Amino acid sequence: MNKLGLIIKREYLTRVKRRSFILATILTPLGFAVFFVVVGFIFQYQSDDSKRVAIIDEGNILKGIVPPNERNLYFKSERTDLATLRKDFKNYDYDGILVLPAVKNLFNKNYTAYYYSPEPPTLDVETLIKDRVDNSLRDYKIEGLKLERKQLEALDTRVEIEPEPIDPEGEDATNLTSAIAAGIGSLMGIIMYMTVFIYGMMVMRSVMEEKTSRIVEVMISSVKPFQLMLGKIIGVGAVGLTQVAIWAILIPLISLLVNLLFGFDAGRVQTASTQINPGDTEALVALAMQEFSSQNWWLILPLFILYFLGGYFLYSSLFAAVGSAMGDDLGEGQALTLPITIPVIIAFYIMFVAVQAPNSSLAVWSSIFPLFSPIVMPARLAFGPPAWQIILSVGVLAATCVFFVWLSGRIYRVGILLYGKKVTMKELGKWMFYKE
Amino acid sequence: MSNILRLEDVVKTYEKQIAVNRVSFTVPRGTIFGLLGPNGAGKTSLIRIITTITKADAGTVWLDEEKLNNRHPEQIGYMPEERGLYKKMKVGEHLLYLGQLKGLSKAAAKQEIKHWFEKFAITDWWEKKIEELSKGMQQKAQFIATVLHRPKLLILDEPFSGLDPINANLIKDEIYELKQNGTSIIFSTHRMEQVEEICDNIVLINKGQNVLDGNVKQIKNNFKENLFKVEYEGTLPPDLAGRVNIVKQTDASIIVQLSEESQSNQLLQNLLKTGVYIRSFNEILPTLNEIFIKQVTDTNQDVLVR
Repeated sequence: MNKLGLIIKREYLTRVKRRSFILATILTPLGFAVFFVVVGFIFQYQSDDSKRVAIIDEGNILKGIVPPNERNLYFKSERTDLATLRKDFKNYDYDGILVLPAVKNLFNKNYTAYYYSPEPPTLDVETLIKDRVDNSLRDYKIEGLKLERKQLEALDTRVEIEPEPIDPEGEDATNLTSAIAAGIGSLMGIIMYMTVFIYGMMVMRSVMEEKTSRIVEVMISSVKPFQLMLGKIIGVGAVGLTQVAIWAILIPLISLLVNLLFGFDAGRVQTASTQINPGDTEALVALAMQEFSSQNWWLILPLFILYFLGGYFLYSSLFAAVGSAMGDDLGEGQALTLPITIPVIIAFYIMFVAVQAPNSSLAVWSSIFPLFSPIVMPARLAFGPPAWQIILSVGVLAATCVFFVWLSGRIYRVGILLYGKKVTMKELGKWMFYKE
Repeated sequence: MSNILRLEDVVKTYEKQIAVNRVSFTVPRGTIFGLLGPNGAGKTSLIRIITTITKADAGTVWLDEEKLNNRHPEQIGYMPEERGLYKKMKVGEHLLYLGQLKGLSKAAAKQEIKHWFEKFAITDWWEKKIEELSKGMQQKAQFIATVLHRPKLLILDEPFSGLDPINANLIKDEIYELKQNGTSIIFSTHRMEQVEEICDNIVLINKGQNVLDGNVKQIKNNFKENLFKVEYEGTLPPDLAGRVNIVKQTDASIIVQLSEESQSNQLLQNLLKTGVYIRSFNEILPTLNEIFIKQVTDTNQDVLVR
């Protein structure tokens, strides 16, 4: 086996076999699952604090119809006058008294009801009472104003914009296209951002460890420093791909299992707040699924992997160069890692702009600029950017990658043999031009 | 006897500093060679050139009559002064890895490791992690890693630093044995007493320059000052001081300097005639330490004068 292969194999196997890797790989999806269960539980949680509310309907708004009992809130129409109720409150077994005054002007948009209780009502109680009064008042006004209920309902129009291509042969999009594309885009951008950091840092730490444990001089008496660096980058990259692949399988699988076990439906969280009726939700989900599967995955996924590799190689080689220049002290290296982390963070923010305006010039040029493109371009892929942009972007990224790996190799070979010296950015620059 | 290593006018500069300045020397095959010099003299720079870690700016290095090239690292075993191993790896696994990087097949590397484990009576180490070993034990593992691939040339940079006397002796014995088997060894140090004991030939580097090189015995001879020490009982002839230069005198011994070596017999004869009882009669050769200090201070002064 050649030496580069041996190095890659060692870098890969020692990490994959480590207990911490196995734990992180398995526990992260489990953590996600636990998170979903907890979030679901919280969203589904309803106050178990029941309230009995007396209603004094001064304005005859309810017309004898007591609002339905709901969510531990029990209404009872009360004929006793307010003064007596307040005086003898303890004997009546109520938690509050709701007074509905008469509506003087049917056209007045404001209405104030009074709620008497030992303590001010909690937010959820207040909201629930408001909803009930609002509904009753609506019915009261419809009747009072002699309106036709059907006509009124007709006024609530839901407007949708259906995108249609100019070219009649063109692909027909739905109104969900850009939302789905933005979702896929941000997800990809976030994954890229995280992997660049996690695995880039892993490379850096490993280079530092080799230097501080003094194994590095033994190693480079057998192999070229460049081989050692490249082997490490490839090995750790393979670890990253393994981990992401396992997560890609485990996270949906465990989520599914959890859903089956706890009967928790993530969709309900969404629909509970926005009042869309169940039929609409199903149609929406179906549309989203169709939209999701109509994406050109055969193009997006390979390109995503390409950008993953490009971004990873570019940044991890820089991290390796910086790691070689550092001593045992991580803090001291902060000044050196900063110039690397800043472009990653900027790219991350541009990515959010790019999913909203994928064809803005900021998005377009950022997705070609090689320090940003690994994060910005994957975010744009679902919007179907023009082919020339993708080709240019990939080409520039590939060339930059090769250049940066080479450049980092030149810094690395000097850095790993230098001990006990605080290194500045300027010196790193000088090392590039050192003779071998 | 051919040479395993030959350096010719090797130069290496770092930015403005000249680390190695036109150094030439040869290492005869199958000998132990001392690469000496004070700290910062350029020893490590030279070693890094020989091990192909860095390239010389000028000059040529021949290893086994061949110009230094990329295949040579596999023929060299190098134990740096700053040495270490991957702490989390198992000893066996680690040695296997380093052996394979030196071009051994997995099977061959395994066999060699077993051989050394048996030799050092550490057969139970295979599954142990490096971090579980004591420092001395780690050094042993490091030594095995260096010689595993049966290098033609072994370069040891301060090999005894950090070793207890027992392990130091063990390694010393191994060095002799390797020499017996035809391995050439370069031994870099600034500790002269070790060199005197072990090395056949030396080169003395100071300020990046070759100050002195050659056979240890010969160098000592060249630097001797015809000093003799006589231990005696009784009284010395009173006219002795007139005939020889007495450097130092105590109750029972004198050190005299003769104008030439051949006078030693004459001196002894004269002393015997006077009836004084001679306990011992020795020539005092300069230690390498003395030569080293003398040469280093001399060259430093040269530099200052210039």
